[in-house]
Amino acid sequence: SSARPLQRLSIVLLRKVNVRDALNQAMDEELERDEKVFLLGEEVAQYDGAYKVSRGLWKKYGDKRIIDTPITEMGFAGIAVGAAFAGLRPICEFMTWNFSMQAIDQVINSAAKTYYMSAGAQPVPIVFRGPNGSSAGVAAQHSQCFAAWYGHCPGLKVVSPWNSEDARGLLKAAIRDNNPVVFLENELMYGVPFDLSEEVMHKDFVLPIGKAKVERQGTHITLVSHSRCVGFCLDAAAVLAKEGVECEVVNLRTIRPLDVETIEASVMKTGHLVTVEGGWPQYGVGAEICARIMEGPAFNYLDAPAVRVTGVDIPMPYAKILEDHSVPQIKDIIFTVKKVLNM
Amino acid sequence: MSLVVASRSYADFTPEATFDIKKVDLHRLEEGPPLTATLTREEGLKYYRTMQTIRRMELKADQLYKQKIIRGFCHLYDGQEACAVGIEGGITLSDHLITAYRAHGYTLTRGGTVREIMAELTGRRGGIAKGKGGSMHMYTKNFYGGNGIVGAQVPLGAGVALACKYLGNDQLCVSLYGDGAANQGQIFETYNMSSLWKLPIIFICENNQYAMGTSVERSAASTEYYKRGDYIPGIRVDGMDVLCVREATKFAAAHCRSGKGPILMELQTYRYHGHSMSDPGVSYRTREEIQEVRSKSDPISMLKDRMLSNNMASIEELKEIDIAVRKEIEDAAQFATTDPEPPLDDLCSHIFANDQPFEVRGATPWTKLTSTS
Repeated sequence: SSARPLQRLSIVLLRKVNVRDALNQAMDEELERDEKVFLLGEEVAQYDGAYKVSRGLWKKYGDKRIIDTPITEMGFAGIAVGAAFAGLRPICEFMTWNFSMQAIDQVINSAAKTYYMSAGAQPVPIVFRGPNGSSAGVAAQHSQCFAAWYGHCPGLKVVSPWNSEDARGLLKAAIRDNNPVVFLENELMYGVPFDLSEEVMHKDFVLPIGKAKVERQGTHITLVSHSRCVGFCLDAAAVLAKEGVECEVVNLRTIRPLDVETIEASVMKTGHLVTVEGGWPQYGVGAEICARIMEGPAFNYLDAPAVRVTGVDIPMPYAKILEDHSVPQIKDIIFTVKKVLNM
Repeated sequence: MSLVVASRSYADFTPEATFDIKKVDLHRLEEGPPLTATLTREEGLKYYRTMQTIRRMELKADQLYKQKIIRGFCHLYDGQEACAVGIEGGITLSDHLITAYRAHGYTLTRGGTVREIMAELTGRRGGIAKGKGGSMHMYTKNFYGGNGIVGAQVPLGAGVALACKYLGNDQLCVSLYGDGAANQGQIFETYNMSSLWKLPIIFICENNQYAMGTSVERSAASTEYYKRGDYIPGIRVDGMDVLCVREATKFAAAHCRSGKGPILMELQTYRYHGHSMSDPGVSYRTREEIQEVRSKSDPISMLKDRMLSNNMASIEELKEIDIAVRKEIEDAAQFATTDPEPPLDDLCSHIFANDQPFEVRGATPWTKLTSTS
C-alpha cells in the first residue's frame, strides 16, 4: 500500500448522516438563516417530500415557506423564477429531473439567461433541485441523466453531489449563491450513510461550487466521475489496488463550471484518464472532459487516449437484468482501466 | 425653429372634466369600474405626452430598422399606447409589471428613457441593457422585461406577485400577454396557482386581434379572453381609450389589494404595424381595416379631441408638446446612432452575479476571455 504520513492522534467526533438527512438539514438551516428562502414543489409540504427529503420542514415552517404545488411544472418553475426576480430565494423542487423537461424553458430562458440579457440588472437567486439519473426499476421515462443538458448552458451553475458532505455543503452553497443553480441529486444515494465531522456539521459549512475533490490519491490512472458513480470508482479502485494499480479518483462535485485544473493536475501526474458517468455517452460530461484535456497542457502527459465509461446508449429498460446492463458497473470500470493501462 | 406661444393664459383652461366611458363586459363580477372618469388637465397633458412619445419613438424605430441601423426583432407598439399609459395610471411605480416582446412602450412607462431604449435597439453601450439584450430584453426597477418566449412571462409575473404577498408589501404585479399567448398551457397553470394562493396579480390580455398573422377567430375556440380565466373574475375593456384602461386598472388593483386574489382584464386594442418589422401586416388583414381603426379609434386622437372640446388645452399647447416630443426622439435617435457599440471586454460579463471574475472559453481553445459580474 502507498505510504501515508503519520497522523496526529486526535479525537474526531463523527456522525453518521445519510444523504437525505444531509439535504434536509441543509435546507432546514438555510430556511432558518434567511427569511427569503422558501421551498416549493410537488408533495414537498404535507407529504414530507416524495422522497422524504423535505421531511419535517412544513411542520416547522408552515404554508408560507413550504409550498405544495399542483402538478404543473412549467407554471410553478416560472413562478419560482419570478419570485427570484422579485428578491426571494426560492428552492424549486422537481420530483425528478425528468419532469424538468416540462419546465426547461423557464430554467434556461427565464433563469439562466436573464442576468446576461439585463446586463447585470436582474440577478436570479434560485436553486432547482431533485433526483437525477437512473434509479431502480423506474424505466425509461424516469431514468434520464440531465447533467450534460444543463451543463451545456452558460448562466447556470450545475452541481452533482456524491456523498453526504457534498450534499450538505453544496446545497448550502447553492442556496446562498445569487445565481441559478441546478442541483442534481441521486435517489439511490438518499439512504446511504456517511460519516460527517463536526466541522462539516457546522451551520455555516459550505463547499465551493466549481471545485472538484480528489477522493483517493493514486499514481497510475485518473478516474473522473460525479454523483453515484464516484462510489463505483472507489470500489473499482479498491479491487485494482490488490493488483497493484493505484487509481486517483476525482469527484467532480460540480458539472458547471468544470474544475478542469484539478483534472489536468491529476492527469499530468498519472498519464491516464478514464471518465465515468451514468448518463448517455453522446455529447456527455465525459466527452467534454476528454475534449478539454485534449485542448490543454495535460494532453502531452497522456500515455494513452482518454476514454469514457458511460450509461449504455439506449432508453432505460425495466427488467432487472437489462437495467443492470444499461448502467456502468464496477467491472466495466476495472475492465476499462486495464485496457487503458494495456494490462 | 420658431416657438409657438400659447395665446391664452393657463387660467382659462378647464382644470378637470368628467367623461362618460364605455361600460365594460363583466365575468363573475356584480359590479365593474365606474362609467365615468375624471381627468385633470395635468393628467391629460401627461397622458398625451407619454402616448405621443411612445408613438413617435416607435415610428422612429421603424425608420431606423428600414435603414438597417436596428436589426433582429422589432415589435412595435403604435396603436396600443392607451394600454401602457392607462395601466400605469391605475398603479404606481412601486407595483410590478411584466410583459412579452412588444415592450418598448412599457419600458418607457416603467421609468426608462427614450434615449436608453433607442440605444438598446441600436445595440449600443448606452442602451438600457448595455446592448446585451436588444428589443425584447429591457428592464427597469419593478419591470421584468421584455420576454421573448410567448407566455413564459405570465408565470414569472405570478412569481413576482407571490413575492409581494410573501413580503406583505401591499404591492401587486401586472402580468401582460397577447391574444396569441392566451392559449398557452402555462397561463392556465398560472391561473390555477394564482387563484389557489390568492396572489395579487392582474392578468391583462392585450387583444390586438392578431397573433402574428393568425386572427383570433383562427386560433381560439373562445375569443372571450376575459372569461378564459374561468373561476377568475374578468372584465373586457376598450383598450383604445386611455381613461377606460385607467379606470379598469384602478378597479382591478383595488380587487387585488383587498386580498381577493387575481383578476383578469382583456384590453381590446389594435396594432398599426405588422407583428414585427419583418411583417408588412397586410397579408392577413386589409389596409381598410387598419385605416378605419386609425381614423375612428386612435388613442391619441381620442384624448386630444376630449381635451380640446372641453377646453382643457389649446391646439397650440398640444403642438408644442408634439414639437418637444419630436425633439426628444430626434436627440435620442442621434444618441442611439452615434453612441459606440459595447466594448468587446463586455462580451462575457454578466454571466453570474456577485462572483469573482472567471475565465470563459472563446471560439477557440486559445481564446481565453474573462467574465466579470
